[in-house]
Amino acid sequence: MNGWTAHTGMAVCLDVDNIDTDQIIPARFMSQPRVDGYADFLMHDLRRDNKGTLRPDFILNQHPNASVLLAGKNFGSGSSREAAVYALLDSGIQVVIAQSFGDIFASNAINNGVLPALVSADDWQTLHSSCTTPQLDCKVDLNTSTVNMSDTSIPFVIDETWRLKLINGWDDTDLTKEYQSQIDTFRARRFEANTWAWPTASD
Amino acid sequence: MTIARTMLDKLWAAHEIVQREDGSSLLWVDRHLVHEGSHHAFAKLAARNLPVAEPALTFGVADHYVPTRNRLQITDATIARMINTLQSNTQQHGIEFMGLDDPRQGIVHVIGPEQGITLPGLLINCGDSHTSTHGAFGALAFGIGATEVAHVLATQTVWQKKPKSMRININGTLPFGVTAKDIALHWIAKLDNSGAQGHAIEYSGSVIKQLSMEARMTLCNMSIEGGARFGMIAPDNITFEYVKGRPYAPASAQWESAKQAWRQLTTDEGAPFDREIRIDSVDLAPTLTWGTSPDQAIAVDGYIPNPAAYDDAKAQTINSALEYMDLKAGQPIEGTPIDQIFLGSCTNARIEDIRSAAAVLKGKRVKVPGLVSPGSTAIKAQAEREGLDRIFIDAGLEWASSGCSSCVAMNGDTIGSGKRCASTTNRNFRGRQGRGSRTHLMSPIMVAAAALHGAIVDVRSLSLDEACV
Repeated sequence: MNGWTAHTGMAVCLDVDNIDTDQIIPARFMSQPRVDGYADFLMHDLRRDNKGTLRPDFILNQHPNASVLLAGKNFGSGSSREAAVYALLDSGIQVVIAQSFGDIFASNAINNGVLPALVSADDWQTLHSSCTTPQLDCKVDLNTSTVNMSDTSIPFVIDETWRLKLINGWDDTDLTKEYQSQIDTFRARRFEANTWAWPTASD
Repeated sequence: MTIARTMLDKLWAAHEIVQREDGSSLLWVDRHLVHEGSHHAFAKLAARNLPVAEPALTFGVADHYVPTRNRLQITDATIARMINTLQSNTQQHGIEFMGLDDPRQGIVHVIGPEQGITLPGLLINCGDSHTSTHGAFGALAFGIGATEVAHVLATQTVWQKKPKSMRININGTLPFGVTAKDIALHWIAKLDNSGAQGHAIEYSGSVIKQLSMEARMTLCNMSIEGGARFGMIAPDNITFEYVKGRPYAPASAQWESAKQAWRQLTTDEGAPFDREIRIDSVDLAPTLTWGTSPDQAIAVDGYIPNPAAYDDAKAQTINSALEYMDLKAGQPIEGTPIDQIFLGSCTNARIEDIRSAAAVLKGKRVKVPGLVSPGSTAIKAQAEREGLDRIFIDAGLEWASSGCSSCVAMNGDTIGSGKRCASTTNRNFRGRQGRGSRTHLMSPIMVAAAALHGAIVDVRSLSLDEACV
């Protein structure tokens, strides 16, 4: 995964609360291998009518090149499906800004280099006012933890570990290797002191 | 003097390998459950040519995509591929696999406890948000995404920051017709669907102590619908009775020491929680959802909210849900006609759920069609031994095999566009049960009552033998 420190792109607003991961990617698309690309599935049933035609009034259809999404509260709640993040990423969305996120979605986003930028209610309103029309040069800076558009700079909150992960493109599986000896020690101790914690052999 | 600790504190400490300076903990994973959706994670492992660190602590089961009818001759190529991929991934890595022809097969959060894979005091992960179900045993159980699943497969550990603690105290005695599902919908409606984000919930109080393991699992299962990744209940004699003798549970030689360790998990007197919620059981009633989010729930004798009574943002959310659900503001929810019912899912398809719904339906005929999918193949067999399948079939419902089925509708068991379904599942999201489907979440007895009337009805108004429910 490549790290990044600043992203500049078009910001659009999807002013709807509770866009759960079922809406971000309906379950029926999740059997596809990742290499096939998930862009077409992003918010499929919100974007398309029953015949599969793109709805002209949907913001991401009007501006398919948007890469920063200002979204409503509780974005990414529900199912743990990481495919929701794949659909965003494969559609070019690098940053989602909201007042709250589903916990599992936020972790998944970080693990794929997508920033879930948490902002206060007042700051969300300020961004919303700026975003009534798409903002072509929205700059999101991980060094300063700010979203910058139309001469306003808004701070976002992000866990420090997550910020560093995004900047450095760190992968947990690589990081964890450094702790292998501690893991081995822990494992030995756990099963010595708690033999019950090992599953009884299947007959 | 020792510091009073919560069950979360104790479980966390027991699994923490290291804590980094930034506060992230590397936790040991005692059990890892995988299903068809794990294909992304196995692909990540294959891309790095990594082995599975602990195949003996990993269990695979087919549930999300499995057909509930004619399942041994799968005609859908995608479904067959998803199940075959899980089978070959588990076989390749030496992981126990429970496929369609295995009598242990069922929904992952049902079979874990049923097989004794789930135990008190364990840390349990699964790539599914309803992993909180296993917390009912006094386990640290939480759902993870595909990257984390790959990490657990490769290292048997997971990085996690300790969540804040929340205790939901429910005291009193459950009123007639009120179940664990109603408790869940009640607190979620009270706190809203993100009210418990960032928290681990411990459910406690006299009501919880009286609940069966099945009911405790229902309650912990729904934690994520209020935003909490973790839900847990202190293990007690009810827990031990359930666990004892199950296939993977500690054998007799270890049983007493296991029980002794599990008794220590209980939250100490006076241990502080970041947040405490109190619910009095007299405020509980049969509860169901009217909208498109699990917090959009009201008591069955309540009224559909009127957006005019709320601020603009909330009114917009309500209006949008009403439009999708084709309901009118201010109307009673009771009497709303339904098109079909679904009884199933990791939330409410255990033997007790099947029995209670059967008690409502016994000797009667339903007015709308519906599907009953037991939570596991073993539950299906048990229900059939008890003759419960005949009650559903004679009532006019379809009795099918076990899987996630219409809860997530990945296996083809979809609810049609515009159709209204009374469902024992966990999510009433837009399109969750199929594009355009309209879901009303409720308890198994409320679903059974709705089936009899072809409409939403207060189960308390039916003349029932109280002992049956």
